[in-house]
Amino acid sequence: MSRFDFDIAVVGSGPAGLAAAALAASKGASVVLLDEQAEPGGQIYRAVTETPVRDRKVLGPDYWHGAELLGPLRDSGAAHWPGTIVWSVARPREDAPDGHRPIQIGLSRNGSAAMLTVRHVILATGALERPFPIPGWTLPGVLGAGAAQVLLKTSGLVPSGATVMAGSGPLLWLLAWQYLQAGARIDAILDTTPKENWRAALPLLPGFLRSPYLGKGMKLMLEVRRKLTVIGNVTALRAEGAIGGDSALKSVVYTRNGTEHRLPADTLLLHHGVIPNLNLANATGCAQRWDEQQRCWRPTTDEWGATSVEGVSLAGDGAGIGGARAAEEAGRLAALDALHRLGRIGREQRDKAAAPHRAALDRALTGRAFLDTLYTPAEAFRAPADDTIVCRCEEITAGAVREAVRLGCSGPNQAKSFLRCGMGPCQGRLCGPTVTEVIAAERGVSPAEVGYYRLRPPVKPITLAELAALPKTDADIDAVFKH
Amino acid sequence: MTATVSTKPASLCPDVIVIGGGLHGCSAALHLSMRGVRVLVLEKDHVARHASGVNAGGVRQLGRHVAEVPLSVASMALWHRIRDLVDDDCGFESHGQIKVAESEAELATSHARVAELNALGFTHEEVVGQDELRALVPAIADHCVGALVSRGDGAAIPFRTTFAFRRKAIALGARFQEGGTVTRLARRGGLWTVETADGEKFEAPVVVNAAGAWADRIAAQAGEPVPLEVIAPMLMITARVAPFIKPVVGATGRTLSFKQFPNGTVLIGGGLLGRAVRDENRTELDFSQVSVNARTVWDLFPCMRGATIVRSWAGIEARMPDQIPVIGPSGTEPDLYHSFGFSAHGFQLGPIVGRITADLITGGATDLPIAPFSIGRFAA
Repeated sequence: MSRFDFDIAVVGSGPAGLAAAALAASKGASVVLLDEQAEPGGQIYRAVTETPVRDRKVLGPDYWHGAELLGPLRDSGAAHWPGTIVWSVARPREDAPDGHRPIQIGLSRNGSAAMLTVRHVILATGALERPFPIPGWTLPGVLGAGAAQVLLKTSGLVPSGATVMAGSGPLLWLLAWQYLQAGARIDAILDTTPKENWRAALPLLPGFLRSPYLGKGMKLMLEVRRKLTVIGNVTALRAEGAIGGDSALKSVVYTRNGTEHRLPADTLLLHHGVIPNLNLANATGCAQRWDEQQRCWRPTTDEWGATSVEGVSLAGDGAGIGGARAAEEAGRLAALDALHRLGRIGREQRDKAAAPHRAALDRALTGRAFLDTLYTPAEAFRAPADDTIVCRCEEITAGAVREAVRLGCSGPNQAKSFLRCGMGPCQGRLCGPTVTEVIAAERGVSPAEVGYYRLRPPVKPITLAELAALPKTDADIDAVFKH
Repeated sequence: MTATVSTKPASLCPDVIVIGGGLHGCSAALHLSMRGVRVLVLEKDHVARHASGVNAGGVRQLGRHVAEVPLSVASMALWHRIRDLVDDDCGFESHGQIKVAESEAELATSHARVAELNALGFTHEEVVGQDELRALVPAIADHCVGALVSRGDGAAIPFRTTFAFRRKAIALGARFQEGGTVTRLARRGGLWTVETADGEKFEAPVVVNAAGAWADRIAAQAGEPVPLEVIAPMLMITARVAPFIKPVVGATGRTLSFKQFPNGTVLIGGGLLGRAVRDENRTELDFSQVSVNARTVWDLFPCMRGATIVRSWAGIEARMPDQIPVIGPSGTEPDLYHSFGFSAHGFQLGPIVGRITADLITGGATDLPIAPFSIGRFAA
């Protein structure tokens, strides 16, 4: 009875999604690539087709590699639906007969909501910045380095006025380097990498020495260190506005070697690495596990990216952070496995085609453990002091979360029901990891034991009017999809 | 039968084992603890994990089945003094509940309802015309002609409420064990043995079955199978909008529960069903039904058309064929009491049904009419 609109839907058009859609469609599957943005590229290659930053040396060669993924997508025959928000992926009914286990995707497109029916879905939802909760992080003028980088890519915008960058991780250095190339003003970089991380990371250094990123990363970091003021061993940080007011950012106060220092600032860019954007996978019901090395939750997948939910696989940073090149290869592996599951290629054919991609994936992941270990944020930033807001949507402080634990809330879901933290429009994107860490630390157990929010669709907000007008007949559905 | 007070330390042998840590289990535990009875609550997940923690929070006498009305009225009295009972206001606010009539025919059924209740001696429901409806709910759509109103009704925060009952019960000596599913129930020599999936055994003279959507399994262990249906009523919530409504609003001719929280978010529900997979503690939403619910709001509250839906969810509930719960002693075994099957409207009854169960256990009788809720009605 069920009608399928496509064999495979790929959600997200970053490197994983672009590669997955192109490969699957080139082998004859009907594929649709669904993406929120107007142009393909995801966050890493954001605006790669239309960025106003035409000087290639500003964004660097790794960025421009993204453009090479677009030709194969065009040639593959995959449908590309930009400007499409996926707000729900519903797993197949377990009691449906084999071969008729449709996956229903709820999406919004051109202002209308609709349900799309496919046989297989590859989630390539990428990464988001790890929350970096400090006192004052909600002040205007404080933003994530990733968000700032998007502004640079899409609009060629760089901060004006006094600018301070703070945190740790490769993206912070990359953005500083890109700003240098673009001639932007950076007053200081406050490096929060804990000294003691070096001890844990050193044994992993040999692996990193074989990483393809080593040469590039070192060169970039040295150039930044040579040209900018870098202040290391920062152990505490807060953003302040004008005294007693809710005004915009005026200064950044940091602690180094036990002493507080103050820097005037109009813009503070925070970064503590990226973590998987797992909201859609979580809301779909995919099992997830705590990754101690990356210090985040990640959906559980097999070597092909298949999740615990039949017909749903994951590729790229959404399944665990590996970077753009690893994502691209993971996208191809997920596509091959999907083709196999749909009966389009045999097992041997899948495995044979996968071999070079698996090798490339392993190469791309070389040295990752070193970076993950070195750049694990200090506990003071993962589980901040009581007066720091952790849930921005509902303005819940770390202290309130700790109080809920003392009253018997044993995990984020109870805290959510008790305090409403994570119930706002961001669905825990900005507080989930912090709430997990705060509860785990307060209870003295591993985050694995306290769990994570159970997220629910719509994973992205949609209007009541759109929901009310959801097409209910096949004719209604055709009216939305034909264009 | 009345519970015999054991001489063993409480940690070894409770007087009563309550199966299920939802509101009804917690309420039974609280009322029993208030009377000095030693209670152990066994909860398979964590307290308020299912229907008790995620329902719409309506505290409603309005529109109830006539058999439930005496219990509901008695429970309402407890709600209005809820802090005295559990040391927490449970987020309870009383701004009334309103059932909107969209046509003269619907308004006629409202008049008939009030006449029926008045004949039974209840006066908490009344009919209001269009003008008063507009005064109560200025945002209501123009076509609505009147409403049925229960002014003493309101809403509370479900998880916080269930948690408060648990906390107070613990303060009075009750114990809670979370994370173990009861798999076996057997009675020998006047003592129940309750066994969990991981092999733990507990003994007590008396057992209360408050296992919600899993209660049929407990009843079956006692040799009295019941036709319990597992359902997943769906809810959705909006991003904040400027405060515009105080009462909880439902509809006469269609399914709706509509309420704005003090923080501005609007909760929309009413019992349209998703799909429950109870062995996996999982629910699946049915967006064609969510859409029906959204359409009702579109029709009744034009100001909500541009509101943003940020989340939807469903809880796992038990529904009986006649839509009223099972309350009272087992029909097959002594010293077993049931409290389940509230059919998606058990939240308001929580405070009173726990008291009724405690009455039955400690005194062998209750002053409220519970005959209609006998499990015997399902006996072959």
